[in-house]
Amino acid sequence: MNINDFILKVEAEFEDLEPGSLTPETILKEAFTWDSVNALIFLAHVNVEYDVELSANELIEANTIQDLYNLVEVKVINKG
Amino acid sequence: MATFSVPDIKISGIAACVPEDIYFNENYDWIEEKERKTLIKTIGVSQKRHARQGTTTADLCYDAGIELIRLLEWNPTDIELIIFVSQSRDYIIPATAGLLQHKMGMTHQTIAFDIGLGCSGYVYGLSVIGSMMSTGKIKKALLFTGDISTLNTSFRDKSAFPLFGDAGTATAIELDSNAKPMVFNLQTDGSGYDAIIIPDGGIRNFADKDTSFEYHKISDGIYRNGFNIALDGIKVFNFSLREVKKNINNLLADSGLTLDQIDFIVLHQANKLMNETIRKQLKQPEEKVPLSLEEYGNTSSASIPLTMVTQLGSELEKSKKTLLLSGFGVGLSWGSVVLEIDHIQCPSILIHPNS
Repeated sequence: MNINDFILKVEAEFEDLEPGSLTPETILKEAFTWDSVNALIFLAHVNVEYDVELSANELIEANTIQDLYNLVEVKVINKG
Repeated sequence: MATFSVPDIKISGIAACVPEDIYFNENYDWIEEKERKTLIKTIGVSQKRHARQGTTTADLCYDAGIELIRLLEWNPTDIELIIFVSQSRDYIIPATAGLLQHKMGMTHQTIAFDIGLGCSGYVYGLSVIGSMMSTGKIKKALLFTGDISTLNTSFRDKSAFPLFGDAGTATAIELDSNAKPMVFNLQTDGSGYDAIIIPDGGIRNFADKDTSFEYHKISDGIYRNGFNIALDGIKVFNFSLREVKKNINNLLADSGLTLDQIDFIVLHQANKLMNETIRKQLKQPEEKVPLSLEEYGNTSSASIPLTMVTQLGSELEKSKKTLLLSGFGVGLSWGSVVLEIDHIQCPSILIHPNS
């Protein structure tokens, strides 16, 4: 997986996000309503796309798109 | 335990009943329009049924049961066993199944008891009633499932209020030596007991006139008291995405089946995002995994039979189908069953009038 591909897929997942609006440095709370519903949509997305599970705490600690990507990447790698 | 099969029983009919009042989520003005729209789209619930105070789950189940035995031409005195699966009983004590036995005019020979499960309750209930019938050679039985969840839900809780609807169902089951065995896979993880919980009013947190009724702010848009349903959405979500697929795959492997041999997968109607994610995990097309959430919301242990009635009713009445049913949630408790449905009675959904 790579971050550009990750961003494209996240942009497609959320209606509020314009294609091309996200960068790795984008701060989640500034980009869109980073609330519990959108957190669930993100959880569902990474579950289907990468077969990984994130906890509520992990999501709360993530600040940027890069943080989210790192979270998912580590889990994908650990899964082997 | 491993999967197990129950021989010689078949479903003969299913009926579902909902209260008359409809609640439209577009009117849920506790939250602002933009958030409301996202929420409705994500959970997939546009409207649901709300019981008025005074109507119980057993009242809805009674209507479903009476209509079902009328269509099947069963006499109440022929029914030897009833089980009421619910978390919204008429009284703290006694069990509600006895009230239904009496009200329906069944004899004193009737075996009647309650099972206190929610989302997984239909599958668990089928396994218990089927096993008793199979070993006890009981010819006719009724399984009642359902909940009135809206009375216990805080209006000021955006994580729960828009989700739940009320419903009661009845399923008629018969002994039949030609029936294909039903195969079950049932599981539990009680460490997640607080993922969906009404904390007060039981013996652990006995009802207290000061603390139980007091509303607390849990987070933005979420206020509730000790008698309200508390949902930990992310916990339930992660649990369901982790366990349901595994449970289904193990069941299929043990029954020597593949998903291609299943005509319909009827999932507990948790919320649209969850159900659609599970469908994608299983790589199944939309038309094979019906949803009733849009019109009825999450109806707890009624959701599987209610979905069968509203989405598959005519199909189940006129043909033979292999179904996989899967319930998952409160407990945490989850389970699936593979069974065959062959020309059953499946009347249109019934409406319980406001008195």
